[in-house]
Amino acid sequence: MTHPLTIYVSLDSAAKALGADDIARALQDRAAARGIDIRLVRTGSRGMIWLEPLVEISRDGGPRIAHGPVTADQIDALLDGTAPNLGPTEDIPFLARQTRLTFARCGITDPLSMDDYIAHGGLTGLRRALEMTAAEIVEETKTSGLRGRGGAGFPTGIKWDTVRQAQADQKYIVCNADEGDSGTFADRMIMEGDPLSLIEGMAIAGLATHATKGFVYIRSEYPDAIAVMDRAIRIAREHGLLGHSLLGSSHAFDMEVRVGAGAYVCGEETSLLNSLEGKRGVVRAKPPLPALEGAFGKPTVVNNVLSLATIPVIFEKGAQHYADFGLGRSRGTMPIQIAGNVRHGGLFETAFGLPLGDLVNDIGGGTASGRPVKAVQVGGPLGAYFAPHQFDTPFGYEDFDQAGGLIGHAGITVFDDTADMGTLARFAMEFCAVESCGKCTPCRIGAVRGVETIDRIRAGDTAATDLLTDLCDTMTSGSLCALGGFTPYPVLSALRLFPQDFGATREAAE
Amino acid sequence: MQTTQPPMRPARAAPTDDDIRDVIAAEKHRDGPLLPILHGLQARFDHIPDTALPLIAEALNLTRAEVHGVVSFYHDFRSAPAGRHVLKLCRAEACQSVGADATIQQVLAHFGLDAFGTTQDGRLTIEPVYCLGLCACGPAAMIDGKVLGRADAPRITAALEVQA
Ligand SMILES: Cc1cc2nc3c(=O)[nH]c(=O)nc-3n(C[C@H](O)[C@H](O)[C@H](O)COP(=O)(O)O)c2cc1C
Ligand code: SF4
Ligand code: FES
Repeated sequence: MTHPLTIYVSLDSAAKALGADDIARALQDRAAARGIDIRLVRTGSRGMIWLEPLVEISRDGGPRIAHGPVTADQIDALLDGTAPNLGPTEDIPFLARQTRLTFARCGITDPLSMDDYIAHGGLTGLRRALEMTAAEIVEETKTSGLRGRGGAGFPTGIKWDTVRQAQADQKYIVCNADEGDSGTFADRMIMEGDPLSLIEGMAIAGLATHATKGFVYIRSEYPDAIAVMDRAIRIAREHGLLGHSLLGSSHAFDMEVRVGAGAYVCGEETSLLNSLEGKRGVVRAKPPLPALEGAFGKPTVVNNVLSLATIPVIFEKGAQHYADFGLGRSRGTMPIQIAGNVRHGGLFETAFGLPLGDLVNDIGGGTASGRPVKAVQVGGPLGAYFAPHQFDTPFGYEDFDQAGGLIGHAGITVFDDTADMGTLARFAMEFCAVESCGKCTPCRIGAVRGVETIDRIRAGDTAATDLLTDLCDTMTSGSLCALGGFTPYPVLSALRLFPQDFGATREAAE
Repeated sequence: MQTTQPPMRPARAAPTDDDIRDVIAAEKHRDGPLLPILHGLQARFDHIPDTALPLIAEALNLTRAEVHGVVSFYHDFRSAPAGRHVLKLCRAEACQSVGADATIQQVLAHFGLDAFGTTQDGRLTIEPVYCLGLCACGPAAMIDGKVLGRADAPRITAALEVQA
């Protein structure tokens, strides 16, 4: 049934943060006042954050035409069809150049409509999985080449196989939605924009491992995502996507949302499990692997939101279809988040392999300030800085590793030439000190020393540079997890690439 | 003189043990109920009252020290109520790249603060936050749970005036 005037406005929190709620309300009020019949659909975000609030209008079933960023004085013109527009949304180069598999529905559908979900391929993957054995589901997941999107890049199928083969009366699927990395927001976008795909992915993970209970551990900084996930779980239950009989089968799976409490380290999987159990979020030593002794001591899959939300499309289109995208051992697509001081910031899903510079300059359009790009940080606060001379590095796990960095959760944060890399290195140490779980001395104390040492270098004590390097070595080798172990990445890359920024204070003071 | 006292807030009845027990009872059935209980208490009383610790300990069969250890581990849980409004300002890298540091200084100065904390009149608490997932439209802020993007000082103060 087509409506003469269908208007789409995002309910994603980035869109809201830029005024989408006000625009949606104004459109509705104005249309009512003028007696114009509209159908307003709140969708996820298309991921073109610089165009938010984006308003898409389809007339008489025609293509969606994009308008953005929309301002309050354009409401009447939008309703009349006389507002300036960007043409069909799908033709905007930023969107047209993407390969959207994980984010195929995001921004298009009403996230809380099961009908919409099914009309756009939803539940096809679960239906297929329901006809397979657990071993076959695991095999299909291995074939896809999917690696964990939370940062470490561990093959998802192998993790599932360990849990599948473990013997226990209860197993769990835990979704890691702690997304604490600066420069990343893909988990949030999928939870707000296509939450049913995450639920479907978790249900398939349950079938693969004989787990019947799931938790989504969402950081408290995401109140909108928490609210949408809660509602989506209720809707999923009503439609048999969760419950004692998945889509009428003999398989059971149910899940609930758990809310974090402002600790970055709780994104680390064992810290997260402690937090879920109601303990301090201290990192656990491995072994035992969470796959064997995870939540409440039971075999547990811990996977990132994107890993799980990608599962339905792998089962819908086939593992080989997914594996055919990518580069080397980085198979499939990655929802890359382009953030910071960048002209076209947002979410860009593409096959692995695109050079970093293309993402920053071509797709991101360079800096928002119009000044030269000085550096980009890839992979969140524990990721290395890259300078423009490294921009030919292809976006892939191994390629970034070889270049002395990591892709992590695939956030790219752009800085222009006004950035002070000494300040950013100091911040990395400070962040580690604030967020350390306290278990290892090199992390807990080392990071505090790191801040002091950077201050000394910046005050002119050049001998302290060696001290900083030694300290970083100690943190790398003596830390139990990547918080202490990887903080040296941003610190040392900043020091190596921009030594002049570590002497700046002295020069300024003289 | 009241000036050295903690922020003056609208009179709010101190939570009774029965109020606290209600919150505990509502979450106790869950697996791993402690964080849901603490969130429940903070949602209702805006902080974790000291008097709740022994009650939680009793209900969950923990020691009071264990409960305290958990409460103190997490940045979210407050030991006293915040100001009438809570403004969170993102300090993380993507927001720094678009001037968050300067914005934070301006906003603090505008409200007469020289560090994160609560204003004298108890109207506003300003807290740091490390990423709100709004990294493509920073600097990012959150006012009483509502997101604000491209949040420069004028936009933040204007948004707070609407809240009054
Ligand atoms: C300090 C720290 C923070 C982390 N934060 C997250 C996070 O926010 N989200 C996430 O999925 N993984 C995070 N991880 C990685 C997890 O420990 C784990 O590898 C991941 O959840 C596994 O899921 P995946 O295989 O699907 O990636 C973090 C790791 C460390 C050391
Ligand atoms: S490295 Fe730091 S955060 Fe990680 S376990 Fe050790 S002390 Fe905890
Ligand atoms: S870094 Fe500020 S919102 Fe992500």
